[in-house]
Amino acid sequence: MSLTWLGIPTRRRAQASRPEGAQHGEPAEPFPVAARRALADSQLRRNLRKATTTIRTKRARVVGELDDWEELRQAGKAIKDDVLSSLDSYLERFERAATAAGAQVHWARDAAEANAAVVQVVRAHGAREVVKVKSMVTEEIGLNDALAAAGVTAVETDLAELIVQLGHDRPSHILVPAIHKNRSEVRELFLRTIDGVDPKLTDEPRQLAGAAREHLRRKFLSTKVGVSGANFAVAETGSLVVLESEGNGRMCLTLPEVLISVVGIEKIVPAWADLEVFLQLLPRSSTAERMNPYTTVWTGVHPGDGPREVHVVLVDNGRTRVLADEVGRQALRCIRCSACLNVCPVYERAGGHAYHSVYPGPIGAILTPQLVGVENAASLPYASSLCGACYEVCPVAINIPDVLVHLRNRVAEGDGHPVEAAAMRAMALVFGDERRFAAAQRAVRLAPLSRLIPDPLSPLYGWTSARDLPPIPAESFRAWWQRERGGSGR
Amino acid sequence: MLCCMRVALFVTCFNDTLFPETGKAVVRLLERLGQEVDFPLEQTCCGQMHINTGYQREAAPLVRRFVDVFAPYEAVVSPSGSCVGSVRHQHETVARHVRDEALGAAVRELTPRVYELTEFLVDVLGVTDVGAYYPHRVTYHPTCHSLRIAHIGDRPLRLLRQVRGIDLVELPQADQCCGFGGTFALKNADTSTAMLADKIRAVLDTGAEVLTAGDNSCLLHIGGGLSRLRTGVRTVHLAEILAATG
Repeated sequence: MSLTWLGIPTRRRAQASRPEGAQHGEPAEPFPVAARRALADSQLRRNLRKATTTIRTKRARVVGELDDWEELRQAGKAIKDDVLSSLDSYLERFERAATAAGAQVHWARDAAEANAAVVQVVRAHGAREVVKVKSMVTEEIGLNDALAAAGVTAVETDLAELIVQLGHDRPSHILVPAIHKNRSEVRELFLRTIDGVDPKLTDEPRQLAGAAREHLRRKFLSTKVGVSGANFAVAETGSLVVLESEGNGRMCLTLPEVLISVVGIEKIVPAWADLEVFLQLLPRSSTAERMNPYTTVWTGVHPGDGPREVHVVLVDNGRTRVLADEVGRQALRCIRCSACLNVCPVYERAGGHAYHSVYPGPIGAILTPQLVGVENAASLPYASSLCGACYEVCPVAINIPDVLVHLRNRVAEGDGHPVEAAAMRAMALVFGDERRFAAAQRAVRLAPLSRLIPDPLSPLYGWTSARDLPPIPAESFRAWWQRERGGSGR
Repeated sequence: MLCCMRVALFVTCFNDTLFPETGKAVVRLLERLGQEVDFPLEQTCCGQMHINTGYQREAAPLVRRFVDVFAPYEAVVSPSGSCVGSVRHQHETVARHVRDEALGAAVRELTPRVYELTEFLVDVLGVTDVGAYYPHRVTYHPTCHSLRIAHIGDRPLRLLRQVRGIDLVELPQADQCCGFGGTFALKNADTSTAMLADKIRAVLDTGAEVLTAGDNSCLLHIGGGLSRLRTGVRTVHLAEILAATG
């Protein structure tokens, strides 16, 4: 009850169809409700604190090595803004170049069309299993479920995604999806779920990686179809680029006969030379390395080298709707580095699952409501204290706090909450006239009477449950000024 | 040192009502430094709360009022990094939102003359030693908006270091948000409290008697937690330390 009074928009009951792009499966709760549960999970809190503190400290160090980091950020921002301003022609250019190089390009308006395109190719090759490189957009469209419905198993090969898959879990971070698990939890999971695993497996990271490696190596060498996403799609050449740390990407992108890449339309960069900027921005911002271990680039098909058949599925799924919003469209610059997650004080404590969103953290709070409609993710723009730490680290200078405030405006101007809106209008009236304001100040002195209202019903319960309030001063500043300095403004 | 400017105090709705001592301290301090201070009574609120909660349209009249009240002055000084940050960063957006080009122009004209207190002292008056005496162990919290929107930088610390008798200790992880965030403290009270817990721990680790900052909003939140836990640490706005002469 106190939540609705405070203007946390609650999810509408009547929901005709599942909103596009939303996390599928469990019903979405408002962020404050999910966060409260997560905050009480001491293992999760410890895992998150340790991981985010480590990554952001490393990030600060490697970014500090570059004299021109700020220029790189501005260059990344400018390149992406250029792409967004002419996205249609860049996409067509990409299609022409990729097709000329032997790739097959598919256009998907939404998740259903994207999944259908992938399933069709997989079926055409009679495959019952595909190996997957980690891809956020395939999570977004629910590809693994769509493949399962078509009788095809998708094997995640990224270690953290494998952990999530084996645990029938959900990813909670863009870069390190199993950040909510520590190594002893992973060991326990592997012992339980991996065929032929060594029963003496310890929780030493090298051993855990070794267990996963053996399990996956068999898959890499035997699976006909690979599925990936892409970090960048180069319009000039029709090339796709994947940056990764583990090498599973290299395996999945080069060994299978057939490669299907699902790519969000905002992943376009104009020219090969533009990669110079992003290959400096992305590794330092994401894994806090000067350069990630494996970067794979492929352009169509090359006889005798790599897949014989290359498919690219370009996915909209709400992105053109984001593009239409003048303030919100900067969210499409995102290169999925996750630096914002790693500095966010809210993410560090509530974790990714509390966002009930494929994309959690600060970027999720601005991207998801725009992709699925603000009314379907109405609590996310408020899941922030607007501290601005995310904007500081974003390699493409997305002003996340500005977009959050903008989205709050859209929520308030949409369904919003009538009680809060009325209160805000009343306050604006009070602030609209200094005599009304002075009268309201005198009325505030009656506030201690609110102690007569039993706690959970009190509007201030959210505050007083954890914090004291100071006594209200007997005389306001303006009353003092008028008394001491006499009436006028001087 | 500059004098004879028309300087207006923008005390903020928050300080006016809940922390009048901060406003009095600013007046005392600026007068001690030879400035004449006006307090235009027509002032009320900069609109930050409305803007940040999603009510830009309702904030527009407040922006208009702010511009009308303060435009006649050569300098507007405020003991709030967050309100000054909002004026600088958000007032023009509000004008654009309601398609009021004249308001936008007026905002652009006034905003360069709006200063957070420490900016005014260091950049305009050119002083870091304001003649203060405050014999206490103090730690300073740089509020997020003063840090990242108003870009106050280290001006508060430069001023605090010149205070006679002060034992200034550095706050660990100072740039971490305290968890106030305006209505965030109510809408996401649990997460806000979790962030507060870490800020309190950092404050207690310094052994300080007093926590200071340039924003009473954050101090209300941190101070509320310090008080609830009976830590014995109190919060004092930066202006009151700088105004203190013992």
